[in-house]
Amino acid sequence: MSNPGKAFKRNIRENPYLLAGMIITALILLMILVGIFWTPYDPTQMNSAEKLQGISLRHIMGTDNMGRDVFSRVMYGSRITLLIAIGTVAIGTIVGTAIGAVTGYFGGMMDEILMRIIDALFAFPSILLALVIVSVFGTGWIQLLVALGIAFVPSYARIVRGEFLRCRNMDYVENARLQGVSDLRMIFVHILPNIKGVLASSILIGFNNAVLAEAGLSYLGVGSQPPYASLGKMLSDAQQYMFTTPSYVLCPGIVIVLMVLGFAFLGEGISRWK
Amino acid sequence: MRYIFKKLGMMIITLLVVSICVFLAFSIIPGDPAMRMLGTEASPELVEQTRQEMGLNDPVLVRYFKWFLGFIRGDFGISYNYKVPVGGMVLSKVPITLTMAVMAFILTVLISIPLGITTAKHENSLLDRCLTVINQVIMAIPPFFSGILITFIFGMIFRFFTPGGFVSYTTDLGKFIRYLFFPSLAIALPKISMTVRMLRGSLIDESQKDYTRTAYSRGNNTDGVLYRHVLKNAMIPVITFLGMALADMVAGSIVIEQVFGIPGISRILLTSISNRDYPVVEAIIMGIAVIVILVNFLVDVIYRIIDPRIGLEDE
Repeated sequence: MSNPGKAFKRNIRENPYLLAGMIITALILLMILVGIFWTPYDPTQMNSAEKLQGISLRHIMGTDNMGRDVFSRVMYGSRITLLIAIGTVAIGTIVGTAIGAVTGYFGGMMDEILMRIIDALFAFPSILLALVIVSVFGTGWIQLLVALGIAFVPSYARIVRGEFLRCRNMDYVENARLQGVSDLRMIFVHILPNIKGVLASSILIGFNNAVLAEAGLSYLGVGSQPPYASLGKMLSDAQQYMFTTPSYVLCPGIVIVLMVLGFAFLGEGISRWK
Repeated sequence: MRYIFKKLGMMIITLLVVSICVFLAFSIIPGDPAMRMLGTEASPELVEQTRQEMGLNDPVLVRYFKWFLGFIRGDFGISYNYKVPVGGMVLSKVPITLTMAVMAFILTVLISIPLGITTAKHENSLLDRCLTVINQVIMAIPPFFSGILITFIFGMIFRFFTPGGFVSYTTDLGKFIRYLFFPSLAIALPKISMTVRMLRGSLIDESQKDYTRTAYSRGNNTDGVLYRHVLKNAMIPVITFLGMALADMVAGSIVIEQVFGIPGISRILLTSISNRDYPVVEAIIMGIAVIVILVNFLVDVIYRIIDPRIGLEDE
Protein backbone atom coordinates (compact mmCIF):
# COMPACT_ATOMS: atom_id res chain seq x y z
CA MET A 1 0.00 0.00 0.00
CA SER A 2 3.08 2.24 -0.02
CA ASN A 3 2.43 3.30 -3.58
CA PRO A 4 -1.24 3.19 -4.51
CA GLY A 5 -0.54 4.11 -8.15
CA LYS A 6 1.84 1.21 -8.62
CA ALA A 7 -0.45 -1.23 -6.85
CA PHE A 8 -3.28 -0.09 -9.08
CA LYS A 9 -1.18 -0.67 -12.20
CA ARG A 10 -0.18 -4.15 -11.07
CA ASN A 11 -3.75 -4.99 -10.21
CA ILE A 12 -4.89 -3.93 -13.66
CA ARG A 13 -2.24 -6.03 -15.35
CA GLU A 14 -3.23 -9.11 -13.40
CA ASN A 15 -6.87 -8.47 -13.99
CA PRO A 16 -7.68 -8.63 -17.71
CA TYR A 17 -11.42 -8.41 -17.01
CA LEU A 18 -11.10 -5.05 -15.34
CA LEU A 19 -8.92 -3.71 -18.12
CA ALA A 20 -11.24 -4.96 -20.87
CA GLY A 21 -14.26 -3.64 -19.01
CA MET A 22 -12.71 -0.23 -18.55
CA ILE A 23 -11.69 0.03 -22.21
CA ILE A 24 -15.07 -1.07 -23.58
CA THR A 25 -17.05 1.12 -21.19
CA ALA A 26 -14.81 4.10 -21.88
CA LEU A 27 -15.31 3.70 -25.64
CA ILE A 28 -19.09 3.49 -25.30
CA LEU A 29 -19.21 6.46 -22.94
CA LEU A 30 -16.96 8.45 -25.28
CA MET A 31 -19.30 7.70 -28.17
CA ILE A 32 -22.31 8.81 -26.15
CA LEU A 33 -20.61 11.96 -24.85
CA VAL A 34 -19.44 13.00 -28.31
CA GLY A 35 -22.95 12.25 -29.59
CA ILE A 36 -24.39 14.91 -27.29
CA PHE A 37 -22.41 17.66 -29.05
CA TRP A 38 -21.70 16.29 -32.49
CA THR A 39 -22.96 13.55 -34.76
CA PRO A 40 -21.65 12.96 -38.30
CA TYR A 41 -25.15 13.49 -39.70
CA ASP A 42 -28.46 14.64 -38.27
CA PRO A 43 -29.91 11.39 -36.83
CA THR A 44 -33.39 12.21 -38.14
CA GLN A 45 -32.46 13.58 -41.55
CA MET A 46 -33.69 11.34 -44.36
CA ASN A 47 -31.94 11.00 -47.67
CA SER A 48 -33.74 9.03 -50.35
CA ALA A 49 -30.61 8.80 -52.50
CA GLU A 50 -28.70 6.81 -49.92
CA LYS A 51 -31.11 4.17 -48.65
CA LEU A 52 -29.87 0.92 -47.10
CA GLN A 53 -26.20 1.35 -47.84
CA GLY A 54 -23.59 -0.94 -46.38
CA ILE A 55 -20.53 0.09 -44.45
CA SER A 56 -18.50 2.76 -46.24
CA LEU A 57 -16.23 5.68 -45.45
CA ARG A 58 -19.12 8.08 -45.85
CA HIS A 59 -21.34 6.14 -43.46
CA ILE A 60 -19.24 3.99 -41.16
CA MET A 61 -22.25 1.93 -40.07
CA GLY A 62 -24.19 2.32 -43.30
CA THR A 63 -27.63 3.88 -43.68
CA ASP A 64 -31.14 2.70 -42.84
CA ASN A 65 -34.27 2.24 -44.92
CA MET A 66 -34.91 6.00 -44.95
CA GLY A 67 -31.35 6.91 -45.78
CA ARG A 68 -30.52 8.05 -42.25
CA ASP A 69 -26.97 7.56 -41.02
CA VAL A 70 -26.94 4.53 -38.71
CA PHE A 71 -23.89 5.64 -36.74
CA SER A 72 -25.51 8.96 -35.84
CA ARG A 73 -28.64 7.12 -34.81
CA VAL A 74 -26.65 4.64 -32.75
CA MET A 75 -24.93 7.55 -30.99
CA TYR A 76 -28.30 9.01 -30.15
CA GLY A 77 -29.97 5.70 -29.39
CA SER A 78 -27.30 4.51 -26.97
CA ARG A 79 -27.78 7.77 -25.06
CA ILE A 80 -31.49 6.96 -24.61
CA THR A 81 -30.69 3.37 -23.68
CA LEU A 82 -28.09 4.49 -21.15
CA LEU A 83 -30.38 7.13 -19.62
CA ILE A 84 -33.22 4.64 -19.24
CA ALA A 85 -30.86 2.10 -17.70
CA ILE A 86 -29.48 4.66 -15.22
CA GLY A 87 -32.97 5.88 -14.35
CA THR A 88 -34.24 2.35 -13.90
CA VAL A 89 -31.42 1.37 -11.59
CA ALA A 90 -31.79 4.64 -9.67
CA ILE A 91 -35.51 4.11 -9.05
CA GLY A 92 -35.01 0.44 -8.25
CA THR A 93 -32.13 1.09 -5.86
CA ILE A 94 -33.62 4.06 -4.02
CA VAL A 95 -37.13 2.69 -3.55
CA GLY A 96 -35.91 -0.87 -3.06
CA THR A 97 -33.34 0.18 -0.46
CA ALA A 98 -35.90 2.25 1.42
CA ILE A 99 -38.39 -0.63 1.54
CA GLY A 100 -35.74 -3.21 2.32
CA ALA A 101 -34.19 -1.07 5.06
CA VAL A 102 -37.47 -0.31 6.79
CA THR A 103 -38.81 -3.87 6.62
CA GLY A 104 -35.52 -5.47 7.55
CA TYR A 105 -34.80 -3.06 10.38
CA PHE A 106 -38.20 -2.84 12.06
CA GLY A 107 -39.68 -6.24 11.16
CA GLY A 108 -43.13 -7.03 12.51
CA MET A 109 -46.47 -6.76 10.81
CA MET A 110 -45.47 -4.21 8.18
CA ASP A 111 -42.57 -6.42 7.19
CA GLU A 112 -44.91 -9.37 6.64
CA ILE A 113 -47.35 -7.38 4.53
CA LEU A 114 -44.74 -5.58 2.44
CA MET A 115 -42.75 -8.74 1.87
CA ARG A 116 -45.82 -10.63 0.66
CA ILE A 117 -46.42 -7.86 -1.88
CA ILE A 118 -42.75 -7.87 -2.86
CA ASP A 119 -42.83 -11.66 -3.22
CA ALA A 120 -45.88 -11.38 -5.41
CA LEU A 121 -44.14 -8.79 -7.60
CA PHE A 122 -41.00 -10.90 -7.61
CA ALA A 123 -43.02 -13.78 -9.01
CA PHE A 124 -43.45 -11.69 -12.14
CA PRO A 125 -40.58 -11.80 -14.56
CA SER A 126 -39.53 -8.13 -14.80
CA ILE A 127 -40.25 -7.87 -18.51
CA LEU A 128 -43.84 -8.95 -17.86
CA LEU A 129 -44.28 -6.53 -14.96
CA ALA A 130 -42.99 -3.72 -17.14
CA LEU A 131 -45.42 -4.73 -19.88
CA VAL A 132 -48.32 -4.54 -17.41
CA ILE A 133 -47.27 -1.09 -16.25
CA VAL A 134 -46.75 0.14 -19.79
CA SER A 135 -50.18 -1.16 -20.78
CA VAL A 136 -51.67 0.76 -17.87
CA PHE A 137 -49.82 4.04 -18.37
CA GLY A 138 -49.33 3.96 -22.14
CA THR A 139 -46.17 3.76 -24.26
CA GLY A 140 -43.26 6.18 -24.35
CA TRP A 141 -39.80 6.32 -22.88
CA ILE A 142 -40.80 7.97 -19.60
CA GLN A 143 -43.45 5.31 -18.99
CA LEU A 144 -40.90 2.66 -19.90
CA LEU A 145 -38.44 4.11 -17.39
CA VAL A 146 -40.99 4.17 -14.59
CA ALA A 147 -42.20 0.67 -15.52
CA LEU A 148 -38.74 -0.83 -15.49
CA GLY A 149 -37.88 1.05 -12.32
CA ILE A 150 -40.87 -0.42 -10.49
CA ALA A 151 -40.08 -3.84 -11.93
CA PHE A 152 -36.58 -3.62 -10.44
CA VAL A 153 -37.70 -2.59 -6.94
CA PRO A 154 -38.48 -6.10 -5.58
CA SER A 155 -35.03 -7.56 -6.15
CA TYR A 156 -33.28 -4.64 -4.43
CA ALA A 157 -35.78 -4.65 -1.59
CA ARG A 158 -35.07 -8.34 -1.03
CA ILE A 159 -31.31 -7.97 -1.08
CA VAL A 160 -31.29 -4.96 1.24
CA ARG A 161 -33.79 -6.53 3.63
CA GLY A 162 -31.62 -9.62 3.92
CA GLU A 163 -28.57 -7.51 4.69
CA PHE A 164 -30.44 -5.45 7.29
CA LEU A 165 -31.71 -8.62 8.96
CA ARG A 166 -28.13 -9.84 9.14
CA CYS A 167 -26.77 -6.57 10.53
CA ARG A 168 -29.65 -5.72 12.85
CA ASN A 169 -28.32 -7.62 15.83
CA MET A 170 -24.61 -7.12 15.30
CA ASP A 171 -22.51 -5.71 18.09
CA TYR A 172 -21.85 -2.35 16.48
CA VAL A 173 -25.58 -1.77 16.06
CA GLU A 174 -26.26 -2.71 19.68
CA ASN A 175 -23.46 -0.41 20.70
CA ALA A 176 -24.86 2.51 18.75
CA ARG A 177 -28.32 1.80 20.10
CA LEU A 178 -27.04 2.01 23.67
CA GLN A 179 -25.60 5.39 22.83
CA GLY A 180 -29.11 6.54 21.96
CA VAL A 181 -28.84 6.70 18.17
CA SER A 182 -32.22 7.26 16.53
CA ASP A 183 -33.68 4.67 14.17
CA LEU A 184 -33.35 6.88 11.11
CA ARG A 185 -29.73 7.67 11.84
CA MET A 186 -29.07 4.02 12.56
CA ILE A 187 -30.42 2.99 9.16
CA PHE A 188 -28.66 5.59 7.06
CA VAL A 189 -25.47 6.38 8.95
CA HIS A 190 -24.63 3.12 10.68
CA ILE A 191 -26.00 0.17 8.72
CA LEU A 192 -26.24 1.41 5.14
CA PRO A 193 -22.50 2.12 4.71
CA ASN A 194 -21.80 -1.42 5.88
CA ILE A 195 -23.77 -3.02 3.10
CA LYS A 196 -22.44 -0.85 0.28
CA GLY A 197 -20.37 -3.70 -1.16
CA VAL A 198 -23.42 -5.90 -1.68
CA LEU A 199 -25.37 -2.95 -3.02
CA ALA A 200 -22.63 -1.96 -5.47
CA SER A 201 -22.41 -5.37 -7.09
CA SER A 202 -26.18 -5.63 -7.38
CA ILE A 203 -26.26 -2.17 -8.98
CA LEU A 204 -23.80 -3.32 -11.66
CA ILE A 205 -25.80 -6.48 -12.33
CA GLY A 206 -29.02 -4.46 -12.29
CA PHE A 207 -27.56 -2.05 -14.80
CA ASN A 208 -26.95 -4.85 -17.27
CA ASN A 209 -30.40 -6.28 -16.72
CA ALA A 210 -31.84 -2.82 -17.27
CA VAL A 211 -30.06 -2.39 -20.61
CA LEU A 212 -31.21 -5.83 -21.72
CA ALA A 213 -34.78 -5.30 -20.51
CA GLU A 214 -35.00 -1.86 -22.11
CA ALA A 215 -33.74 -3.27 -25.40
CA GLY A 216 -36.25 -6.12 -25.23
CA LEU A 217 -39.21 -3.86 -24.45
CA SER A 218 -38.23 -1.29 -27.06
CA TYR A 219 -37.92 -4.16 -29.49
CA LEU A 220 -41.55 -4.96 -28.72
CA GLY A 221 -42.38 -1.36 -29.53
CA VAL A 222 -43.43 -0.03 -26.15
CA GLY A 223 -40.48 2.30 -25.58
CA SER A 224 -39.22 5.46 -27.26
CA GLN A 225 -41.28 6.59 -30.22
CA PRO A 226 -40.10 7.65 -33.69
CA PRO A 227 -38.27 9.57 -35.08
CA TYR A 228 -35.78 9.09 -32.23
CA ALA A 229 -35.12 5.49 -31.39
CA SER A 230 -33.32 3.58 -28.69
CA LEU A 231 -31.08 0.70 -29.72
CA GLY A 232 -33.78 -1.94 -29.20
CA LYS A 233 -36.25 -0.04 -31.38
CA MET A 234 -33.62 0.34 -34.09
CA LEU A 235 -33.13 -3.41 -34.09
CA SER A 236 -36.82 -4.14 -34.47
CA ASP A 237 -37.02 -1.63 -37.35
CA ALA A 238 -33.92 -3.13 -38.93
CA GLN A 239 -34.84 -6.81 -38.68
CA GLN A 240 -36.71 -6.98 -41.97
CA TYR A 241 -33.70 -5.59 -43.86
CA MET A 242 -31.35 -8.18 -42.38
CA PHE A 243 -30.84 -9.99 -45.67
CA THR A 244 -30.29 -6.92 -47.82
CA THR A 245 -28.28 -4.73 -45.42
CA PRO A 246 -26.81 -6.81 -42.57
CA SER A 247 -24.84 -3.82 -41.26
CA TYR A 248 -28.09 -2.03 -40.33
CA VAL A 249 -28.99 -4.88 -37.96
CA LEU A 250 -25.56 -5.86 -36.74
CA CYS A 251 -24.25 -2.41 -35.75
CA PRO A 252 -26.92 -1.44 -33.16
CA GLY A 253 -26.93 -5.02 -31.89
CA ILE A 254 -23.20 -5.10 -31.38
CA VAL A 255 -23.31 -1.76 -29.57
CA ILE A 256 -25.86 -3.19 -27.09
CA VAL A 257 -23.70 -6.26 -26.58
CA LEU A 258 -20.59 -4.12 -26.00
CA MET A 259 -22.44 -1.89 -23.56
CA VAL A 260 -23.57 -4.85 -21.44
CA LEU A 261 -20.27 -6.67 -21.84
CA GLY A 262 -18.30 -3.64 -20.67
CA PHE A 263 -20.23 -3.43 -17.44
CA ALA A 264 -20.20 -7.21 -16.98
CA PHE A 265 -16.41 -7.26 -17.30
CA LEU A 266 -16.15 -4.31 -14.90
CA GLY A 267 -18.26 -6.18 -12.37
CA GLU A 268 -16.23 -9.36 -12.80
CA GLY A 269 -13.01 -7.35 -12.50
CA ILE A 270 -14.13 -5.60 -9.32
CA SER A 271 -15.12 -8.91 -7.74
CA ARG A 272 -11.63 -10.26 -8.48
CA TRP A 273 -9.97 -7.11 -7.11
CA LYS A 274 -7.47 -8.00 -4.44
CA MET B 1 -44.91 -32.32 5.64
CA ARG B 2 -45.43 -29.19 7.71
CA TYR B 3 -42.86 -27.46 5.57
CA ILE B 4 -44.80 -28.30 2.41
CA PHE B 5 -48.07 -27.10 3.90
CA LYS B 6 -46.45 -23.88 4.98
CA LYS B 7 -45.08 -23.32 1.50
CA LEU B 8 -48.49 -24.18 0.05
CA GLY B 9 -50.11 -21.56 2.28
CA MET B 10 -47.53 -18.97 1.24
CA MET B 11 -48.13 -19.84 -2.39
CA ILE B 12 -51.88 -19.27 -2.04
CA ILE B 13 -51.31 -15.94 -0.31
CA THR B 14 -48.90 -14.88 -3.05
CA LEU B 15 -51.44 -15.86 -5.70
CA LEU B 16 -54.11 -13.79 -3.96
CA VAL B 17 -51.83 -10.77 -3.74
CA VAL B 18 -50.89 -11.12 -7.40
CA SER B 19 -54.53 -11.31 -8.43
CA ILE B 20 -55.39 -8.23 -6.37
CA CYS B 21 -52.48 -6.29 -7.88
CA VAL B 22 -53.42 -7.27 -11.44
CA PHE B 23 -57.09 -6.50 -10.87
CA LEU B 24 -56.42 -3.12 -9.26
CA ALA B 25 -53.90 -2.14 -11.92
CA PHE B 26 -56.46 -2.69 -14.63
CA SER B 27 -59.34 -1.06 -12.82
CA ILE B 28 -57.57 2.25 -12.20
CA ILE B 29 -57.03 2.77 -15.92
CA PRO B 30 -58.99 5.76 -17.12
CA GLY B 31 -61.68 5.00 -19.67
CA ASP B 32 -64.98 3.17 -19.54
CA PRO B 33 -64.87 -0.50 -20.63
CA ALA B 34 -68.51 -0.37 -21.69
CA MET B 35 -67.70 2.58 -23.93
CA ARG B 36 -64.75 0.67 -25.36
CA MET B 37 -66.94 -2.26 -26.22
CA LEU B 38 -69.70 -0.24 -27.84
CA GLY B 39 -67.67 2.48 -29.47
CA THR B 40 -67.97 6.23 -28.91
CA GLU B 41 -71.16 6.55 -30.96
CA ALA B 42 -73.29 4.53 -28.52
CA SER B 43 -76.21 6.22 -26.75
CA PRO B 44 -75.84 6.92 -23.00
CA GLU B 45 -78.75 4.55 -22.22
CA LEU B 46 -77.13 1.67 -24.05
CA VAL B 47 -73.80 2.36 -22.31
CA GLU B 48 -75.56 2.41 -18.94
CA GLN B 49 -77.32 -0.87 -19.73
CA THR B 50 -74.08 -2.51 -20.80
CA ARG B 51 -72.37 -1.23 -17.67
CA GLN B 52 -75.11 -2.89 -15.66
CA GLU B 53 -74.75 -6.16 -17.59
CA MET B 54 -70.98 -6.17 -17.23
CA GLY B 55 -71.36 -5.50 -13.51
CA LEU B 56 -69.30 -2.33 -13.71
CA ASN B 57 -71.63 -0.51 -11.30
CA ASP B 58 -70.85 -2.93 -8.47
CA PRO B 59 -68.37 -1.95 -5.79
CA VAL B 60 -64.73 -2.82 -6.49
CA LEU B 61 -64.68 -5.66 -3.98
CA VAL B 62 -67.70 -7.40 -5.53
CA ARG B 63 -66.21 -7.02 -9.00
CA TYR B 64 -62.91 -8.46 -7.78
CA PHE B 65 -64.57 -11.55 -6.31
CA LYS B 66 -66.63 -12.10 -9.45
CA TRP B 67 -63.54 -11.81 -11.59
CA PHE B 68 -61.48 -14.02 -9.31
CA LEU B 69 -64.14 -16.76 -9.06
CA GLY B 70 -64.55 -16.62 -12.83
CA PHE B 71 -60.81 -17.00 -13.22
CA ILE B 72 -60.76 -20.12 -11.05
CA ARG B 73 -63.60 -21.65 -13.05
CA GLY B 74 -61.77 -20.89 -16.28
CA ASP B 75 -64.04 -18.03 -17.30
CA PHE B 76 -61.71 -15.18 -18.21
CA GLY B 77 -64.30 -12.71 -19.44
CA ILE B 78 -65.01 -11.44 -22.93
CA SER B 79 -62.56 -9.67 -25.21
CA TYR B 80 -63.52 -6.02 -25.80
CA ASN B 81 -62.30 -6.10 -29.35
CA TYR B 82 -63.32 -9.47 -30.70
CA LYS B 83 -66.41 -9.99 -28.48
CA VAL B 84 -65.46 -13.64 -27.95
CA PRO B 85 -64.56 -15.40 -24.66
CA VAL B 86 -60.91 -14.81 -23.79
CA GLY B 87 -60.40 -18.45 -22.78
CA GLY B 88 -60.90 -19.81 -26.28
CA MET B 89 -58.71 -17.10 -27.80
CA VAL B 90 -55.79 -17.74 -25.51
CA LEU B 91 -55.89 -21.46 -24.78
CA SER B 92 -55.22 -22.58 -28.35
CA LYS B 93 -51.94 -20.61 -28.24
CA VAL B 94 -50.75 -21.93 -24.91
CA PRO B 95 -49.20 -25.16 -26.29
CA ILE B 96 -47.00 -23.16 -28.68
CA THR B 97 -45.50 -20.94 -26.00
CA LEU B 98 -45.23 -23.75 -23.44
CA THR B 99 -43.56 -26.13 -25.91
CA MET B 100 -40.99 -23.47 -26.64
CA ALA B 101 -40.32 -22.76 -22.96
CA VAL B 102 -40.05 -26.46 -22.10
CA MET B 103 -37.75 -27.16 -25.05
CA ALA B 104 -35.56 -24.25 -24.00
CA PHE B 105 -35.48 -25.64 -20.47
CA ILE B 106 -34.52 -29.14 -21.66
CA LEU B 107 -31.79 -27.68 -23.86
CA THR B 108 -30.48 -25.69 -20.91
CA VAL B 109 -30.31 -28.72 -18.62
CA LEU B 110 -28.84 -31.04 -21.27
CA ILE B 111 -26.10 -28.64 -22.33
CA SER B 112 -25.23 -26.73 -19.18
CA ILE B 113 -24.86 -29.53 -16.62
CA PRO B 114 -22.23 -31.57 -18.51
CA LEU B 115 -20.43 -28.35 -19.48
CA GLY B 116 -20.50 -27.08 -15.90
CA ILE B 117 -19.07 -30.35 -14.59
CA THR B 118 -16.35 -30.42 -17.25
CA THR B 119 -15.23 -26.85 -16.62
CA ALA B 120 -15.18 -27.41 -12.86
CA LYS B 121 -13.19 -30.64 -13.24
CA HIS B 122 -10.58 -28.93 -15.36
CA GLU B 123 -10.50 -25.66 -13.48
CA ASN B 124 -8.22 -23.04 -15.04
CA SER B 125 -7.54 -25.15 -18.12
CA LEU B 126 -7.62 -23.51 -21.53
CA LEU B 127 -11.14 -24.86 -22.14
CA ASP B 128 -12.33 -23.46 -18.83
CA ARG B 129 -10.90 -20.03 -19.50
CA CYS B 130 -12.30 -19.86 -23.02
CA LEU B 131 -15.71 -20.94 -21.82
CA THR B 132 -15.69 -18.33 -19.05
CA VAL B 133 -15.14 -15.56 -21.59
CA ILE B 134 -17.64 -17.04 -24.06
CA ASN B 135 -20.19 -17.24 -21.25
CA GLN B 136 -19.72 -13.57 -20.44
CA VAL B 137 -20.21 -12.63 -24.08
CA ILE B 138 -23.33 -14.78 -24.47
CA MET B 139 -24.83 -13.30 -21.33
CA ALA B 140 -24.35 -9.83 -22.80
CA ILE B 141 -26.36 -10.62 -25.94
CA PRO B 142 -30.03 -9.74 -25.59
CA PRO B 143 -32.11 -12.86 -26.40
CA PHE B 144 -33.85 -11.17 -29.30
CA PHE B 145 -30.54 -10.23 -30.87
CA SER B 146 -29.30 -13.81 -30.59
CA GLY B 147 -32.63 -14.75 -32.15
CA ILE B 148 -31.90 -12.44 -35.07
CA LEU B 149 -28.38 -13.84 -35.38
CA ILE B 150 -29.68 -17.42 -35.28
CA THR B 151 -32.20 -16.62 -38.01
CA PHE B 152 -29.39 -15.11 -40.03
CA ILE B 153 -26.89 -17.97 -39.55
CA PHE B 154 -29.13 -21.05 -39.48
CA GLY B 155 -32.02 -19.72 -41.51
CA MET B 156 -30.25 -17.81 -44.28
CA ILE B 157 -26.75 -19.22 -44.56
CA PHE B 158 -27.24 -22.88 -43.65
CA ARG B 159 -30.96 -23.00 -44.46
CA PHE B 160 -31.84 -25.39 -41.63
CA PHE B 161 -35.24 -23.75 -41.39
CA THR B 162 -37.29 -21.17 -43.26
CA PRO B 163 -37.53 -17.91 -41.32
CA GLY B 164 -41.19 -17.04 -40.88
CA GLY B 165 -42.27 -20.50 -42.06
CA PHE B 166 -44.03 -21.48 -38.85
CA VAL B 167 -46.08 -24.70 -38.99
CA SER B 168 -48.84 -25.21 -36.43
CA TYR B 169 -48.79 -28.28 -34.20
CA THR B 170 -52.18 -29.29 -35.55
CA THR B 171 -50.89 -29.69 -39.11
CA ASP B 172 -47.47 -31.27 -38.64
CA LEU B 173 -46.03 -31.97 -35.21
CA GLY B 174 -42.55 -32.85 -36.49
CA LYS B 175 -42.14 -29.64 -38.47
CA PHE B 176 -43.62 -27.67 -35.57
CA ILE B 177 -40.95 -28.99 -33.18
CA ARG B 178 -38.23 -28.50 -35.77
CA TYR B 179 -39.19 -24.89 -36.31
CA LEU B 180 -39.41 -24.22 -32.57
CA PHE B 181 -35.95 -25.67 -31.96
CA PHE B 182 -34.19 -22.49 -33.07
CA PRO B 183 -36.28 -20.01 -31.05
CA SER B 184 -35.84 -22.31 -28.05
CA LEU B 185 -32.09 -22.20 -28.58
CA ALA B 186 -32.24 -18.39 -28.58
CA ILE B 187 -34.13 -18.42 -25.28
CA ALA B 188 -31.84 -21.06 -23.77
CA LEU B 189 -28.46 -19.53 -24.70
CA PRO B 190 -28.12 -16.93 -21.90
CA LYS B 191 -29.57 -19.38 -19.36
CA ILE B 192 -27.05 -22.02 -20.41
CA SER B 193 -24.21 -19.58 -19.79
CA MET B 194 -25.56 -18.58 -16.40
CA THR B 195 -26.12 -22.19 -15.34
CA VAL B 196 -22.64 -23.31 -16.44
CA ARG B 197 -21.10 -20.43 -14.51
CA MET B 198 -23.16 -21.13 -11.45
CA LEU B 199 -22.63 -24.91 -11.42
CA ARG B 200 -18.90 -24.44 -11.91
CA GLY B 201 -18.67 -22.03 -8.99
CA SER B 202 -20.84 -24.17 -6.78
CA LEU B 203 -18.87 -27.38 -7.59
CA ILE B 204 -15.56 -25.69 -6.85
CA ASP B 205 -16.91 -24.34 -3.56
CA GLU B 206 -18.20 -27.73 -2.47
CA SER B 207 -15.04 -29.57 -3.48
CA GLN B 208 -13.08 -27.51 -0.96
CA LYS B 209 -15.18 -28.66 1.97
CA ASP B 210 -14.22 -31.20 4.59
CA TYR B 211 -16.56 -33.95 3.50
CA THR B 212 -14.89 -34.04 0.09
CA ARG B 213 -11.53 -34.69 1.71
CA THR B 214 -13.09 -37.41 3.87
CA ALA B 215 -14.58 -39.03 0.78
CA TYR B 216 -11.18 -39.00 -0.93
CA SER B 217 -9.46 -40.40 2.14
CA ARG B 218 -11.78 -43.37 2.09
CA GLY B 219 -10.26 -44.30 -1.25
CA ASN B 220 -12.84 -42.96 -3.71
CA ASN B 221 -11.57 -41.75 -7.05
CA THR B 222 -12.34 -38.30 -8.45
CA ASP B 223 -15.44 -39.32 -10.38
CA GLY B 224 -16.82 -41.25 -7.42
CA VAL B 225 -16.48 -38.26 -5.12
CA LEU B 226 -17.79 -35.89 -7.74
CA TYR B 227 -20.91 -37.77 -8.73
CA ARG B 228 -21.82 -39.40 -5.42
CA HIS B 229 -21.02 -36.59 -3.00
CA VAL B 230 -20.14 -33.18 -4.40
CA LEU B 231 -22.63 -32.93 -7.24
CA LYS B 232 -25.61 -33.52 -4.97
CA ASN B 233 -24.74 -30.58 -2.76
CA ALA B 234 -23.59 -28.39 -5.62
CA MET B 235 -26.90 -28.82 -7.42
CA ILE B 236 -28.96 -27.10 -4.69
CA PRO B 237 -28.39 -23.48 -5.74
CA VAL B 238 -28.47 -24.55 -9.39
CA ILE B 239 -31.94 -26.04 -8.97
CA THR B 240 -33.27 -22.78 -7.51
CA PHE B 241 -31.77 -20.97 -10.43
CA LEU B 242 -33.20 -23.41 -12.97
CA GLY B 243 -36.64 -22.98 -11.41
CA MET B 244 -36.42 -19.23 -11.79
CA ALA B 245 -35.01 -19.70 -15.29
CA LEU B 246 -37.99 -21.82 -16.35
CA ALA B 247 -40.32 -19.06 -15.21
CA ASP B 248 -38.19 -16.50 -17.04
CA MET B 249 -38.28 -18.57 -20.21
CA VAL B 250 -42.08 -18.43 -20.31
CA ALA B 251 -41.84 -14.65 -20.17
CA GLY B 252 -38.76 -14.49 -22.39
CA SER B 253 -40.62 -16.33 -25.12
CA ILE B 254 -42.75 -13.18 -25.57
CA VAL B 255 -39.87 -11.39 -27.25
CA ILE B 256 -38.53 -14.42 -29.09
CA GLU B 257 -41.93 -15.25 -30.58
CA GLN B 258 -41.90 -11.81 -32.07
CA VAL B 259 -38.43 -12.32 -33.60
CA PHE B 260 -39.32 -15.62 -35.25
CA GLY B 261 -42.87 -14.64 -36.22
CA ILE B 262 -44.51 -17.34 -34.12
CA PRO B 263 -48.23 -16.80 -33.50
CA GLY B 264 -48.11 -17.72 -29.80
CA ILE B 265 -49.26 -15.96 -26.65
CA SER B 266 -46.99 -13.02 -27.38
CA ARG B 267 -48.80 -11.82 -30.45
CA ILE B 268 -52.17 -11.74 -28.66
CA LEU B 269 -50.64 -10.06 -25.64
CA LEU B 270 -48.99 -7.31 -27.67
CA THR B 271 -52.00 -6.60 -29.89
CA SER B 272 -54.23 -6.60 -26.80
CA ILE B 273 -51.94 -4.14 -25.05
CA SER B 274 -51.96 -1.75 -28.00
CA ASN B 275 -55.74 -2.15 -28.48
CA ARG B 276 -56.31 -1.76 -24.73
CA ASP B 277 -58.17 -5.07 -24.68
CA TYR B 278 -57.76 -5.51 -20.93
CA PRO B 279 -59.59 -8.79 -20.20
CA VAL B 280 -57.17 -10.55 -22.56
CA VAL B 281 -54.13 -8.87 -21.01
CA GLU B 282 -55.35 -9.70 -17.50
CA ALA B 283 -55.92 -13.35 -18.37
CA ILE B 284 -52.50 -13.80 -19.97
CA ILE B 285 -50.65 -11.99 -17.19
CA MET B 286 -52.47 -13.98 -14.51
CA GLY B 287 -51.83 -17.20 -16.42
CA ILE B 288 -48.09 -16.58 -16.61
CA ALA B 289 -48.00 -15.50 -12.95
CA VAL B 290 -49.74 -18.73 -11.92
CA ILE B 291 -47.20 -20.80 -13.86
CA VAL B 292 -44.31 -18.89 -12.30
CA ILE B 293 -45.66 -19.26 -8.76
CA LEU B 294 -46.39 -22.98 -9.26
CA VAL B 295 -42.86 -23.56 -10.53
CA ASN B 296 -41.43 -21.74 -7.52
CA PHE B 297 -43.52 -23.91 -5.21
CA LEU B 298 -42.33 -27.09 -6.94
CA VAL B 299 -38.74 -25.91 -6.60
CA ASP B 300 -39.25 -25.46 -2.86
CA VAL B 301 -40.63 -29.00 -2.59
CA ILE B 302 -37.86 -30.55 -4.70
CA TYR B 303 -35.36 -28.67 -2.57
CA ARG B 304 -36.67 -30.25 0.57
CA ILE B 305 -36.48 -33.73 -0.97
CA ILE B 306 -32.86 -33.26 -2.06
CA ASP B 307 -31.69 -31.60 1.13
CA PRO B 308 -33.78 -32.52 4.19
CA ARG B 309 -31.94 -29.88 6.24
CA ILE B 310 -33.76 -27.08 4.43
CA GLY B 311 -36.67 -25.60 6.32
CA LEU B 312 -35.86 -27.45 9.55
CA GLU B 313 -35.43 -24.26 11.51
CA ASP B 314 -38.97 -23.26 10.58
CA GLU B 315 -40.47 -26.25 12.37
